[in-house]
Amino acid sequence: MNELDLKTVGVRGINSQLHGLAQDTNEKHWVIRNPMGQHNIACGVSAPLQIEIHGHVGFYCGGMNKDAELTVHGHAGVGTAENMMSGVVWVKGNSSESAGATGNGGLLVIDGDASSRCGISMKGIDIVVGGSVGHMSAFMGQRGNLVVCGDAGDALGDSIYEARLYVKGKVASLGADCIEKEMRIEHLADLERLLKAAKRREKPSEFRRYGSARKLYNFSVDHADAY
Amino acid sequence: MCGIVGLYLKNPKLKPKLGKMFKPMIIEMTNRGPDSAGVAVYRNPVNKAQTKFSLAHIDAGYDWKKIDVGLEKALKCDCTIKKIGNHCILVTTGKEASVVAWLKQHHPEVRVVGSGHTIEIFKETGLPANVYDKFDLDEAAGTHIIGHTRMATESAVTTAGSHPFATGADLCLVHNGSLSNHNRLRENLRREGIEFQTENDTEVAAAYMTWKLRSGATLKEALQDGLRDLDGFYTFLVGTADGFAVVRDPIACKHAVMAETDDWVAMATEYRAIAHLPGADTAKIWEPEPTTIYTWGGHA
Repeated sequence: MNELDLKTVGVRGINSQLHGLAQDTNEKHWVIRNPMGQHNIACGVSAPLQIEIHGHVGFYCGGMNKDAELTVHGHAGVGTAENMMSGVVWVKGNSSESAGATGNGGLLVIDGDASSRCGISMKGIDIVVGGSVGHMSAFMGQRGNLVVCGDAGDALGDSIYEARLYVKGKVASLGADCIEKEMRIEHLADLERLLKAAKRREKPSEFRRYGSARKLYNFSVDHADAY
Repeated sequence: MCGIVGLYLKNPKLKPKLGKMFKPMIIEMTNRGPDSAGVAVYRNPVNKAQTKFSLAHIDAGYDWKKIDVGLEKALKCDCTIKKIGNHCILVTTGKEASVVAWLKQHHPEVRVVGSGHTIEIFKETGLPANVYDKFDLDEAAGTHIIGHTRMATESAVTTAGSHPFATGADLCLVHNGSLSNHNRLRENLRREGIEFQTENDTEVAAAYMTWKLRSGATLKEALQDGLRDLDGFYTFLVGTADGFAVVRDPIACKHAVMAETDDWVAMATEYRAIAHLPGADTAKIWEPEPTTIYTWGGHA
C-alpha cells in the first residue's frame, strides 16, 4: 500500500504519481490523505488501481476514470466521476451537483444523497444512489442506468434519450418527454445486478421505471409536411 | 465565479479567534475571485444612542479628523473615529439620516459602506490576502463574519463595486452569480427614491432588500419576495446583527455548501474553504436546497 498526503504533495503531486503508473503496475493500492476539499483529485486515472481517499473531496473527483476503483470515505463536491469511462467510483457520503455527468461507462455509487442534475447527459454510466437525487437529474440522459433508492426531485429525466431510470421513492415531477414505463423481466434482472454491485438491500420489485416517451427526439413521419 | 464565505461562532470562547479562523477560508476562495474582496465583521457593539458607520475614501492618507470635527460641530453630537486602511469606523450620537446627509453635502468623496450598531464593512480591490492584511482582519474578534471574493462580470473592478453591499442597519449582502433584470429593477427602485453608487447587479439586489425592509418586510419576507422579483443566478449570503441567512435561486447552479459543529456554523461556495476550520472533517455538512431560506442567530 502506498500513501499520498495532499498537504505534502498537492493535487498535482497526487495526480502525476497516479498517471505515471503502467497498466500492469504492481503498486495497485493507493491511499490519499488530507484531501481538504480540493478539486480534481485522482482525475484521469487509467490503470486498474484501488484508490482510497480519506476525507471530503472537492469538484470533479475521479473524473474521466478508466479502470480504477476509487472510494471516497467522505463527501464529494460537484461533478464527481464526470465523464467516467470505466471502473468504479464509490462515495461513502453525499455528492454535490452533476454527479456522473456525461459518464460513458463504469459504476458510480453514492451511499448518501446526490444533489441536482445527477447523471446529466449520461452516456452509458451506471449510477446507484442510496439516498435521494435533486432536480433535473438524468437531464438529456442518453444511455446507462440511474438507480435512486430514495426520492427524485423535480423534472426527472427532462429531455431524456435512452437512459433508464429506476426510483424507489417519490418523484417530485417528471421532465419533458419522461414517462413511467413498464418494468419487464429484463429490467428487474438489470436492476438486481446494479443493486448487488452497489451492495444495496432494496429489492428490484420495490422500484418503478422511468424513461423516454421518444416523442421529443424522434422525427415523426406525420410531421413531414411541416418541412 | 466569485466566492462567498460566512462563519458564525456558536461557542463564545472562540470569539477572539474569529478573524484568524476566517482568514484561510476567504483566501481559499482567491481563485474564484481575485479582483477584489470584502468582509463584514460583527464586533464591538455600540450603545443604543450611537450609530457606527463604515466609511471609505479612495485615498488611504485621507484626513478623517475633518469628518470628526465637522460632524460634531454641525450636528452637535459626539464622534469618535478609527482609521483602518482606507476605511474609517465612525461612532457617533448623531442621527443616522443627518450624518449621511451631512457627508453627502460636505464630503461627497466619502462613501458610506455600512452602518448599524455592530457591523463593520471593509472592501477593496486586490487579492483577498492583501485586502485581509490591509484591514487588520487577522486580529478581528467578534461573533460572526461574512466575506466575498469577486471575479467581476457585470460591472467594473472598483472598490465601490466590491461586496458586501449594505442593505440597512447591521445588514449586508454578498452574492455569487449574476442578475439579468438588474437594469429594469434599478430604474424602478430609483423611482422609489433609492440611490445607487455603481452599475453593479448586486447593488440592485441589496437596494431591493433595503427597499423591502424599509417598507416593513422582515428579512425572511424580503428574501422570499426576492425569489420572485430577482431574475438570474444567485446564491445570496445576508449578514444580520446576530447571524446570517442563505438563499439560492430555483435552478441552484451557483454552488453553496454549509457545515455545522457544536462550535460554529459555516457557509461557503465550496467546501475547501470550510475544510480549514477545526472539526470540519466531522462536521454536519449539507447543500442548501434551492428557494429555501436558511437563517442562523434568529432575527429573520
